[in-house]
Amino acid sequence: MSRISPLFEQLRQQNRTALIPYITAGDPHPDATVGIMHALVEGGADMIELGVPFSDPMADGPVIASAHERALAHHVGLIHVLDMVKSFRETNLKTPVILMGYQNPIEAMGIDRFAELAQAAGLDGVLTVDLPPEEAEPASRAYRAVGIDPIFLIAPTTHAERVRHIAKVASGFIYYVSLKGVTGAANLDTDALAGRLQEIRSDCGLPVGVGFGIRNAETAAAVGKVADAVIIGSALVQLIADSAAGANTDNWAALRQKLQDFMAQIRVALDQKTQN
Amino acid sequence: MDNPENRKINSTIAAFDAATFNFAQYPDEHGRFGEFGGKYVAETLMEAIGELQDAYATFRNDPEFIREFETDLRDYVGRPSAMYYAARMSEAYGAQIWLKREDLNHTGAHKINNAIGQALLAKRLGKTRIIAETGAGQHGVATATVAARLGLECVVYMGAEDVARQQPNVFRMKLLGAKVVPVESGTRTLKDALNEAMRDWVTNVDNTFYIIGTVAGPHPYPQMVRDFQSVIGKEARAQMLEKTDRLPDAVVACVGGGSNAIGIFHAFLNDKDVALYGAEAGGEGVATGRHAAPLTAGRPGVLHGNRTYLMEDENGQIIGTHSISAGLDYPGVGPEHSWLKDLGRVTYDAITDAEAMSAFHDVMRYEGIIPALESAHAFAYAKKLAPQYGKDKIILVNLSGRGDKDINTVAKMEGINL
Ligand SMILES: Cc1ncc(COP(=O)(O)O)c(C=O)c1O
Repeated sequence: MSRISPLFEQLRQQNRTALIPYITAGDPHPDATVGIMHALVEGGADMIELGVPFSDPMADGPVIASAHERALAHHVGLIHVLDMVKSFRETNLKTPVILMGYQNPIEAMGIDRFAELAQAAGLDGVLTVDLPPEEAEPASRAYRAVGIDPIFLIAPTTHAERVRHIAKVASGFIYYVSLKGVTGAANLDTDALAGRLQEIRSDCGLPVGVGFGIRNAETAAAVGKVADAVIIGSALVQLIADSAAGANTDNWAALRQKLQDFMAQIRVALDQKTQN
Repeated sequence: MDNPENRKINSTIAAFDAATFNFAQYPDEHGRFGEFGGKYVAETLMEAIGELQDAYATFRNDPEFIREFETDLRDYVGRPSAMYYAARMSEAYGAQIWLKREDLNHTGAHKINNAIGQALLAKRLGKTRIIAETGAGQHGVATATVAARLGLECVVYMGAEDVARQQPNVFRMKLLGAKVVPVESGTRTLKDALNEAMRDWVTNVDNTFYIIGTVAGPHPYPQMVRDFQSVIGKEARAQMLEKTDRLPDAVVACVGGGSNAIGIFHAFLNDKDVALYGAEAGGEGVATGRHAAPLTAGRPGVLHGNRTYLMEDENGQIIGTHSISAGLDYPGVGPEHSWLKDLGRVTYDAITDAEAMSAFHDVMRYEGIIPALESAHAFAYAKKLAPQYGKDKIILVNLSGRGDKDINTVAKMEGINL
């Protein structure tokens, strides 16, 4: 079993919401990524979602698409991302790490070989944006065989019957895409979200994380009241883009501190739920 | 170069397989042609794709829909398109060359056949907004045209590099009332325009219909676009029989995403003695890596909603393509072509920029026709095949579009300032 279900079980007992930051591996520089991962955990992340750079990130908006381009300028491929997970694991055996990306780099490596290397690296889950349940079975089977969770998306357009089907093939947690659109789109309507999450919960027993459109502590706190996990991507990636411009490539300490502080703010906002 | 090894395989499998194989049964209910095709899209689009699949499954057998489509093709597009014997070219090339004149269609290429079909579907689904991607601009123009005719809002995504090299078509789209959005991401060509169109679709899925311009994308697009384009081959087969009392020995078409090629090939798939040839863009030569020939030099992968042959690096990143022809400058290809290649039913080979340019001049000088640079690739392939066939044999070339849009590119290639 991966680290994901135990994490959600523990958080449930503590009545806490999971905080899941997304960064693109290799952005702004391959040497910075592992340090950033540790800083995110220091700042209060419960799980880390690592984007695998791809030449054609169709489901991503301009902020994350640019992060992919920055990482690709350093030729960061799936094999390097797995190396980063492995070196993160040298000092952190606790925090789940999942990959988010597109199917082609995985196919290029070979699904079985990827599953084997991912297990060896200490990976916990894989979310493949362009792999809906209809196409996912060969990959999901390989992941389950090595104790890695295949994670699936549910969208505002996903009807109840599909939600039930996805709940059957998914494990770990469900990633609810809070709005129609690409990553980094406008803010979301948290009231509508609450109703929708209730519907999804009645069709699906897995924890539900919410991503897309969460950019600051207030939205995170609002979403955290109704979701099991809050996923923050574009806001963080934008912060990396702004801070990394002109940063000293030999020393990423300032960037790490900035990201850790940003996480800590969100953590505090999320944890207020437990206090009141 | 034409690969004799491929031709041998082609004819062996054709000998015991092609005549009885039920090609029309594909794609299967999962949208697959063997291991190719499928629906590799983000969850947000699955509902829309399912809706489209159901709608299309109904309308493709609906006599009223078919009648409306056929009426538009006749009265608006000007079909059937002519079948023309290219006498001087036949003399020069050494085989009997016949041309299927898709260049004579309204808007100047085969793209309009598909745009009409999809726009009729969009109307029936109650969508008010049309989006499209375009490379050469021909599909963009066709889409802007049908959108104008139906009074629908139209947004066309076009790689910034293509905007620069296909200015006349950009202006035509604007005159037709479409908004043309130059795409600056990635390689700034057709694949990036497709990414951007997908992003728009996922955001505006409620009111927007995405008219994909070729036989690629997620199921049901490869099937739907093939069906709309297969009018080319149906007409051509009947015209050939009527004019020559026989079938051609070979059919040649250029392959970008593969819609004009599938369109003309489909009616001939069961004619096992008709050899089928697809010309991919060889750019500066396959050996240089600067080309757009995934079937000739790529491997299977997943991009833009389907599994197919792709140009990619060892990390599975899609690599930049190169071709003088914007409409062929795409790293993937429709999944049915991947399958037809592996089945051995169609032979694919790469034609270089230089070979296409030379054939472009041939078509102009021998026949008084300006071919699209895309179509020029098919002529260059026919030129290579002709000596192997000889004077008694018929080679049918799909002249997919007219080349007025390309004269700036040709002038530039030849160092001429217009
Ligand atoms: C005239 C013409 N032929 C061919 C193509 C290539 O597309 P396909 O391979 O889908 O026919 C294009 C694309 O723009 C075109 O304009």
